[in-house]
Amino acid sequence: MIQKFEDLNDVHLDVLKEIGNIGSGNASTALSAMIGKEIKIKMPAVKVLEFQEALEHCGSPEDIRAAVLIRLKDDVTGMILLLIEQGFAEVILNVFFQKQEVDLLNLDEGDISALTEIGNIMGSCYMNAIATLANLKVGVETPGFTADMLGAVMSVPVIEFGEVGDKLLCIDKSIEIDGVSIKSNLMLIPTVDSLSFLFERLGIA
Amino acid sequence: MSKGLNVGISDWKVGKGEGMIVTYALGSCVGICLYDKSAKIGGLSHIMLPDSKSVTAGAANNRMKFADTAIPDMLSKMLTMGAVKARITAKIAGGAHMFPTSNEKFNIGDRNVAAVKSTLASLKIPITAQDCGENYGRTVFFNVVDGVMEVKSTTKGVKVL
Repeated sequence: MIQKFEDLNDVHLDVLKEIGNIGSGNASTALSAMIGKEIKIKMPAVKVLEFQEALEHCGSPEDIRAAVLIRLKDDVTGMILLLIEQGFAEVILNVFFQKQEVDLLNLDEGDISALTEIGNIMGSCYMNAIATLANLKVGVETPGFTADMLGAVMSVPVIEFGEVGDKLLCIDKSIEIDGVSIKSNLMLIPTVDSLSFLFERLGIA
Repeated sequence: MSKGLNVGISDWKVGKGEGMIVTYALGSCVGICLYDKSAKIGGLSHIMLPDSKSVTAGAANNRMKFADTAIPDMLSKMLTMGAVKARITAKIAGGAHMFPTSNEKFNIGDRNVAAVKSTLASLKIPITAQDCGENYGRTVFFNVVDGVMEVKSTTKGVKVL
């Protein structure tokens, strides 16, 4: 029985990594079809991080990121947070709108809806991976978008999980588009209850 | 940028007579600056959640995480350094609502600000300046020499409070 993230053992982490792998495969196919470029998503890393570590892991607190937040509902609750760096946004917005330069703090409506859609597609791929693997019903709420300081963005998952502990479980990965490595953190942040339920379904105590 | 004491998330620091206390990129968290102008003693607290009594027991270990425990603790520390309670005033910033949502349950920023205000009210500490709410992140620089709080954001520039 998983009661806190520290209870996760190597088998649990391997299963999460595998979910991350399947999700990444789905996500890279979907993303590649959408933007017409070759996408590779590297082996995901699964980490249990202290809040402060999670922040430092993703960059400096004042780094600017665009972010898409997707809340999960039904059998798995928690959230997916996609952090989009400047370089990633440039690739996407170049494909969609032929933009050459992108200022994350001055995005227009079209930019925001394109980036949100990317986050939505990638997030859904991970959710489908979990749903299929464990035969669970996983729904997502309408994604939210912001572009701001990394620390301020990260305060959202950190606060919501602060009510139950001091750690976050992150499954994150980096993306390669047409051979160019782009740092982008996609974090799958399930609640402890959901994890417990997930492992129960998978027959892993 | 690294001028002075750095306050992390769920953390507080105090200073006397000189220097700057900084906390970076507050989102829905709230930064609370307490200051005794005569003694030049100041503290900056970065709280994450409103109430230590409303969470599961294991999560309540860190008193610096909550408005209702961090503020009184930091105040006590300032008093031991020579601050006088009747002279202490507060300036607060943060409590933003980073992602739009229709579900009020997720609007933790507002709840944090409300908890900070009620904690300060129960301690009879007046709030002399604030920059709270809306939807953007804020970095707070608190000058222990003069009690000035500078709030920096990506969209509104620097506010001197």
